[in-house]
Amino acid sequence: MEHNASEEHQFVIPELGHFALALAVALAFAQGVIGIFAPGLRDTRAMRAAPALALCHFLAIGAAFLGLIYAGVVSDFTVENVADFSSSLVPLIYRISGTWGNHDGSMILWCFILSLCGATVASFGGNLPAGLRARVLGVLGLVSGGFLLFTLCVSDPFTRLWPPPLDGAGVNPILQDPGLAFHPPVLYTGYVGFSVAFAFAIAALIEGRIDAAWGRWVRPWALVSWCFLTSGIALGSWWSYYTLGWGGYWFWDPVENAALLPWLTGTALLHCAIVVEKREALKAWTVLLAIATFSLSLSGTFLVRSGILNSVHSFAAAPDQGLFILALLGITIGGSLLLFAIRAPVLAATGMYAPVSRESALVLNNIFLCSIAAVVFTGTLYPPFANLLFGIQLSVGAPFFNQTVLPLTAPLIVAMAVGPLLAWKRAALAPALGRLGLAAGVAAIVFLVIAANRHIIAALGLAGGIWVVGAALTDLADRTRLFRVSPAASLARLVALPRAAIGATLGHIGFGVMVLGIAGMTLATQKVIVMQPGQSTELGGYIWTLNDIHDAPGPNYSQRVADISIANSHGIFLTLHPSRRFFSAQKTITNDAAINTNGFQDIYAVFADEPPGSGGAELRLNRHPLAPEIWFGGLIMALGGGISLSDRRLRVGAPSRVKKPAGAVA
Amino acid sequence: MNARKKRRLYLFAACAIGVGSATALSLSAFSSTLTYFLSPRDVAAKDPAPGVSFRLGGIVQVGTVTTTVSGGTPTTSFRVTDGQASIPVTFSGVLPDLFREGQGVVAIGSMTSNNTFNAEEVLAKHGASYMPKDVEQALKDAGKWNPKYGPPPAASTWNTMQVKSTSS
Repeated sequence: MEHNASEEHQFVIPELGHFALALAVALAFAQGVIGIFAPGLRDTRAMRAAPALALCHFLAIGAAFLGLIYAGVVSDFTVENVADFSSSLVPLIYRISGTWGNHDGSMILWCFILSLCGATVASFGGNLPAGLRARVLGVLGLVSGGFLLFTLCVSDPFTRLWPPPLDGAGVNPILQDPGLAFHPPVLYTGYVGFSVAFAFAIAALIEGRIDAAWGRWVRPWALVSWCFLTSGIALGSWWSYYTLGWGGYWFWDPVENAALLPWLTGTALLHCAIVVEKREALKAWTVLLAIATFSLSLSGTFLVRSGILNSVHSFAAAPDQGLFILALLGITIGGSLLLFAIRAPVLAATGMYAPVSRESALVLNNIFLCSIAAVVFTGTLYPPFANLLFGIQLSVGAPFFNQTVLPLTAPLIVAMAVGPLLAWKRAALAPALGRLGLAAGVAAIVFLVIAANRHIIAALGLAGGIWVVGAALTDLADRTRLFRVSPAASLARLVALPRAAIGATLGHIGFGVMVLGIAGMTLATQKVIVMQPGQSTELGGYIWTLNDIHDAPGPNYSQRVADISIANSHGIFLTLHPSRRFFSAQKTITNDAAINTNGFQDIYAVFADEPPGSGGAELRLNRHPLAPEIWFGGLIMALGGGISLSDRRLRVGAPSRVKKPAGAVA
Repeated sequence: MNARKKRRLYLFAACAIGVGSATALSLSAFSSTLTYFLSPRDVAAKDPAPGVSFRLGGIVQVGTVTTTVSGGTPTTSFRVTDGQASIPVTFSGVLPDLFREGQGVVAIGSMTSNNTFNAEEVLAKHGASYMPKDVEQALKDAGKWNPKYGPPPAASTWNTMQVKSTSS
């Protein structure tokens, strides 16, 4: 490596980044203390300082994060983080994504997103009361400060390495994938976004006041995070589906459960915040859900790292950091629950509703979602605690979750179709059910047809998915008076519908589509076989022929490619090229699955091995009906959230609070 | 009973049903699906009955991986060791990308009558230098590795390694 003046400069950048990180810690704590205490002291100048501090805090972390990315891009191997997880041979995109593909770097990303949330509240929260905004920013500042301090003291990504190695150790080949480059930022935005709902909840507890306006401020935040979390989980699941070569999309691994838990409570939060906004009921419960969701996000991110939860794909277990993390989690979660216990009685409900009403339906939704969350939580945390308390090693696998989660999801699926058709306050069940006759009929026919082939689980799932989608479409058709007025008039009505209503309907449709995909996957057929070139086999109604095995070049790997042609009764319609990639730097072999999708079915082939002496290829051939619907469903759900977010009501005229009569203030 | 009380009663009933069914489902699923995690040493000591499903965790013993093909279906056999005992394992299916000799592995399955572990699923640990916690503990307990004196010995040497007897 030749050194000249401009190259010497690059070694200063990480030092500046390190300094910016230290600065961010100080700014975050200042933001926290000033934000929380200024409103109580009625110091308006201090209250105005909180947003300014939040912006500075964001800029400081941004500088630190950019510094680390820069070190990765220019392959500065004097930074240990870069030397360990990057290499000059790795393509640019993975040199950048390698920055957050490891423990220390992902902490910076996490804090960066948290400060971004704070900066957004500071910039766009102009319509919030100054005191509430300062308190929200204060809570965010304290949380951020705690984790920044952890990053700086225990898990410093700017640690130097001298003498630097000639080349880095490289990125784990499994992580060299575009899906995974964007998976962590999206997932983290989902996790961290719930910090804002959490901060609003804590601020409301300190103020002792929650009203419809509060619900309206919190909902867009919960919605944004939920969209990101949904997309993040879908991306991760898709990644494991096409990369790991197991042909599975969900393994009930602790890391996956850690993302699913905040999704479940976050979905519940999303639904019950509607009740706060419209009817001023369920206030304390909504606050508790906001606390629970963020607590689960925190645990999800960090319990996995602390080495307490050992997982198949936790990337860096660092037990010495566990205690610090546990202390931070304890203070955040314990403190907020304590505050809740003290202040919750202040939050009295005002709205009343009958047992059959939209409110009750939403309560039912919450009960089911939280029961599912409780079951997943138990299944995920029981093994580590059993190990800690009784010293026995045991594991809770997919069968446990299938046996508990599926029975609890079934009533949810039945109820979620009916709920949106019920009126607020007091509703009648019979007319709502009457409107769903068509959806129920189609679902029943599908059930009978599939069940006749003895696939009971698939039949139940497909019928459930159709029931949910059908009910959502029925609702939409009724609202637009489809087939009762002219198509143009229907379209005009559709455009005039509140975006939030369209978003909610799409969200339900997305969930139904996902259920269809999951049910379809239970009908998947697969086969592991060793074939010689020229041999054929039959699977899922197709003839699969291995034509050839040959070498092919790759950018930082060499590969062996198998050519497989797939024929139906009309002849060959598809050729797949699964490959085995040899990464010489890491002495690692990965199997690159070849997947062909037509939107309703995946044809999936993995070149698993070349058994020595056999002269053939060991192939794994799968036919996955409806598999793409799993991720389309997730996408539609996130899209529904996005449309709901664009609703006028949330953007403009976020209301000023209703003045309470003097003396009524708690 | 006034409306507020009645509503609260409904709410409690609904919550109770939710929590109750969640608990009942968890307990019944726990009793039927909980699988224990055993190291080869535990297997040698406890001798689990054939057909009882458990997870076998350890290191793939170096030089033991062989694959045979019969009727187009590949079957891989290898031994899993924790430096104390080693258990023969057979598996029909695609091994994960990271499956290699001398690396950490978790196999899910049960013992057959001829003292071989029949794996239904094999998981390899991500990360090149990963060592299962219990394997680490077993190595330390056996006096084959003291972290003070550097990284763990190569997995290929474990079974033949001479250990000075200690009185701990």
